[in-house]
Amino acid sequence: MSAYEISLLTLVGIHVMLALSLNLITGFCGQISLGHAAFYGVGAYTAALLAKAGFWMWATLPASVVAAGAAGLLVGFCSLRVRDDFLAIATMGAGFLFIGIVRQNDALGGELGISRIPDPGLEAGGFLALVLLFTLLVIAFCVYLKRSWLGFAFDAVAADEAAAQTIGVSVADYKLSAFALGTALAGLAGGLYAYYLRSVGIEAFGFPVSILILAMVVIGGMGSIAGSVVAAVLLTLLPEWFHFISDYKLLVFGGLLFAIMRFAPGGLAGWAADLLAALKSRT
Amino acid sequence: MNLLVELGVQGLINGAIYALIATGLAMVFGLLRILHIAHAGLFALGGYLGLVITNASGSFALGLAGAMLLVGVCGMAMYRLCYEPILDKPPYVALIASVGLFIAMEELFRLVFGAYGRSYRRVPLQGALEFAGMRIKYAELGVAVLTVGLLVGLALFTSRTRVGIAWRATVTDSRMAASFGVSIAGVRYLNFFIGSALAAAAGVMVGVLNNLVEPGMGGVPSYKALAIIVLGGLGNLNGTLVAALLLGLVEAYGSIYLSKVLDRDSIAFAALIAVLLVRPQGLFGLRS
Repeated sequence: MSAYEISLLTLVGIHVMLALSLNLITGFCGQISLGHAAFYGVGAYTAALLAKAGFWMWATLPASVVAAGAAGLLVGFCSLRVRDDFLAIATMGAGFLFIGIVRQNDALGGELGISRIPDPGLEAGGFLALVLLFTLLVIAFCVYLKRSWLGFAFDAVAADEAAAQTIGVSVADYKLSAFALGTALAGLAGGLYAYYLRSVGIEAFGFPVSILILAMVVIGGMGSIAGSVVAAVLLTLLPEWFHFISDYKLLVFGGLLFAIMRFAPGGLAGWAADLLAALKSRT
Repeated sequence: MNLLVELGVQGLINGAIYALIATGLAMVFGLLRILHIAHAGLFALGGYLGLVITNASGSFALGLAGAMLLVGVCGMAMYRLCYEPILDKPPYVALIASVGLFIAMEELFRLVFGAYGRSYRRVPLQGALEFAGMRIKYAELGVAVLTVGLLVGLALFTSRTRVGIAWRATVTDSRMAASFGVSIAGVRYLNFFIGSALAAAAGVMVGVLNNLVEPGMGGVPSYKALAIIVLGGLGNLNGTLVAALLLGLVEAYGSIYLSKVLDRDSIAFAALIAVLLVRPQGLFGLRS
């Protein structure tokens, strides 16, 4: 494989993890988060700062996970008291707040970001293998989670909070868990991203990126693990394949988002389900 | 002392712009519970249309009125083509659709009008007023007058006219209003028309204040407007106005004192999160 292909596949793996992490919060537990890129950023900046301070990757990655998870808990606390629409705006606000704070503080990189992050010591191929390993672990974790007791509770919270509360599901605790788990995974993706690109800057973690991640989850189909994976792969690879429309890339992306929501809001998973149902009813 | 007053005036002017944008957003949210992010695109469209019409015809009045009218119609079209078909779906569908629409609009502006922005050939409302040692631009006064005029007009409309009262009834309880013979579809179209026209007015004025209309101008003011409608309380137009003006002031003073910690545009969101922690229904919302 060429260096370009290795690099692209590494990014695909990172994006898949990102999409799955948001799917946990938004798809499994029904909490709309418009600021997810900020947790990706917390993970990335944590890894970047610690790496430059001399720590090994095996120490910085867990730190990224914990830092992002903690930040998620904090934001999750806000989500406890507000519902749906307000939550979307509050999480969007959290995202902007992260960018705003980083931008003004040179210790955190400021406007220019942090560059020349040390090499983790693996070659490109080795790093790709590591990322893919983590990706598979995250997928396995999500599958396990969905079928577990925790996933069942998430389902209940997503479907009807009031009803869930009345049958004894502690809605607040589960919302917090969803946020903490989802953001922790995003932190992992962020830490890996810092080593992938060897530099971090605020433009990689702003509102448009939050929208991109949400688009992956929604296009894949809210709650669907396979859907998030496929959509993340597609949305990472398509801009590369359709390079000739690079000037119209965003226009196509925006139009696509709108069209899918307008005509197939269940995303790829919903469309696949409809297709299967149609085929079954024929036989 | 003078600095404080000048900052205050600047803050109120910005607050007025936010109020124009946020009112339209609050109207849509109050009626349909949709976070109409594409509103940002209509704001920018207003800016562009105002500029194009004024440059072509030489009359700013025509530019302003034309922009408001055309964007109002675009808003109605947006409702009919984009939102109406997905009203019965979960809320995130309309949200993402709106985001997609906004991204596409921004790109269209960039492709049609150029990435670097356009300026007025002859900037309207040039010059400034000097009094009490302060300098206030005529354009800024224009913003204040326009905002007051439009919002007072809206308030009178919703309290004194039959159509306005029908609109308020629909926002409060649409089924009840329908059973009284109010045309819900008509109210929705009117809602989008007025809201979008207000956004267009804001867009035109921002274009005049900066003498620059660029494709990305809608983003940041509209995200702040979203924060404002939350602060103002669910669809509460009075609350939205107060929150908008307050935010303008907080930003003006806050950016001086908080510049080491937070950049100007994030102040709105810091305020939002702080308020939500204490009062989850917003500053003026009713606890449901």
